[in-house]
Amino acid sequence: MLNFDLSKSPFMHCKELSLVNFKNYQEANLGFSEKFNCFAGNNGAGKTNVLDAIYYLSFCKSFANPVDSQNIRFEEDFFVVQGKYQVNGQEDDLYCGLKRNQRKVFKRNKKEYDRLSDHIGVYPLVLLSPGDTQLILGGSEDRRKFIDGVISQYNKEYLQRLLTYNRALQQRNALLKVFAEKRRFDEASLEIWDEQLIQNGVYILKERKLFFRDFLPVFNNYYATLSGENETVTIEYQAAAGEDNYREKLLEARERDRIAQYTTMGIHKDDLLFMINGNPVKKFGSQGQQKSFIIALKLAQFAFTKKVKGFTPILLFDDVFDKLDAERVQHLMQLVSKEDFGQVFVSDTHASRIEKLFKSIGAECKIFIVDQGSIAKTKTINAQ
Amino acid sequence: METFSSRLLQAAVEEFSRLPGIGKKTALRLVLHLLRQEKEDVIRFSEAISRLRQEVIYCTQCHNISDQALCEICRSPRRDNTVICVVEDIRDVIAIENTGQFHGLYHVLGGIISPMDGIGPNDLAIDSLQQRVEKNKETIQEVILALSTTMEGDTTNFYLFKKLKPYHVGISVIARGIAIGDDLEYADEVTLGRSIINRTPYQNSLTK
Repeated sequence: MLNFDLSKSPFMHCKELSLVNFKNYQEANLGFSEKFNCFAGNNGAGKTNVLDAIYYLSFCKSFANPVDSQNIRFEEDFFVVQGKYQVNGQEDDLYCGLKRNQRKVFKRNKKEYDRLSDHIGVYPLVLLSPGDTQLILGGSEDRRKFIDGVISQYNKEYLQRLLTYNRALQQRNALLKVFAEKRRFDEASLEIWDEQLIQNGVYILKERKLFFRDFLPVFNNYYATLSGENETVTIEYQAAAGEDNYREKLLEARERDRIAQYTTMGIHKDDLLFMINGNPVKKFGSQGQQKSFIIALKLAQFAFTKKVKGFTPILLFDDVFDKLDAERVQHLMQLVSKEDFGQVFVSDTHASRIEKLFKSIGAECKIFIVDQGSIAKTKTINAQ
Repeated sequence: METFSSRLLQAAVEEFSRLPGIGKKTALRLVLHLLRQEKEDVIRFSEAISRLRQEVIYCTQCHNISDQALCEICRSPRRDNTVICVVEDIRDVIAIENTGQFHGLYHVLGGIISPMDGIGPNDLAIDSLQQRVEKNKETIQEVILALSTTMEGDTTNFYLFKKLKPYHVGISVIARGIAIGDDLEYADEVTLGRSIINRTPYQNSLTK
């Protein structure tokens, strides 16, 4: 059982960040507060780009633009993002560099990684960005991806089984297409793929249900804190089959699969139903409620990641204040200002709003005024 | 497309570059190398290739590459004909032979089941394996499945298992787990986990 005692956790934070030719920054050197760091400025000034650089150092890629070379400053040949991190009293240097038409180089303490995947997860980070609305508005795939990502962090077998399942699914679908082309249906060749889907599908289903048992209370708790406990929210896992009747359900769907030429039943079709006061959030939640829902999901993800890693991940809030009422913003920032959360990075268009907010909360906050790819001014309030 | 001063040169380069792993530049290097060799050597080279393609035959029993209807392994009186090891292709036969640990016979499937690559059970030597086991069910005691440890390999194993079950021969699968000489801390978690589940009695490691 995972235990969610969030108090007094060891702490990870980024102390310094330096950018060269990264997006609209020619050169910038930033020193951070251990707690809140806020970037304020107009649209296009480069607030999100700083958050993206921090994201780069955790995930070896951008959250905004998947094409690495397009993150090089216009008409330059390379970019470098470097960060100094402190984890459990130890200081680590991270380096990410890209030259045009060359391989991305990623180093930790001056030593290059053999595989980038070895780095991902070592400096955990949870991002909240406007794109997260896909979790509610997008297809079921977005929601499965979210839970699969959280479970894979602490259960390597889950990830392995999921990859195997998806591969078997592709093979089975290819086979169903072959059957249709040749107008011949061979049960014996289909059954062997069914077996892979059943073995791995039942495992995945069980793990997802176990995960929800732990995840839901954490999520509910965060939502209540954000909304001021005026609304009841739940998440239902909608499964096409249970662990006990998975085999029968797959068999039942076989005729349908034959006609559709793809696999119509299985954990790859399962969905999460997000409910607010008994109604689907997608249709009946206001934009602010939807946003609160997503924030609570992400904070619950944060709690899981922290539990797995044993220290607090970094939180990035990209433009989260948009569409949230002042009360919810206050609740959110008060929540993450507590000891059980670590370093937080926030981007917002209004410096005055930020300053007022953090003055009322009383937490240390370093404000960076961003203008046209450079830091025009910094100011620390409530310095500790 | 690059153009060469000679059409002969161009044709040769194009043929070479059709080989797997050979690009235009490597092809040109190989062709120029051949041009620098003695004529006899190059003729011997080209004859070896054309005879290979024209004269090579596959063993009628195990589908290994052979010069005669039955390959050397199937013909050998010293081989143990109670055990058949099923492999994907001829390279696997060579690899297992090099271990010196196996003295039985082989059966080369010619691939593994993968609908995405257009390979179904009928494209592989599965029927002939079934017939072979049927015909020799008095002598054959064990069939060893030695396919890749990929999902497709596992699936093919399962298919073979279902096809061979009625003949009441022993069906085994090669062990998967920690490689000899590996440090446990560097083993991936799935492999290490499998090694724990499929542990073997210590006694076995003493006797072999």
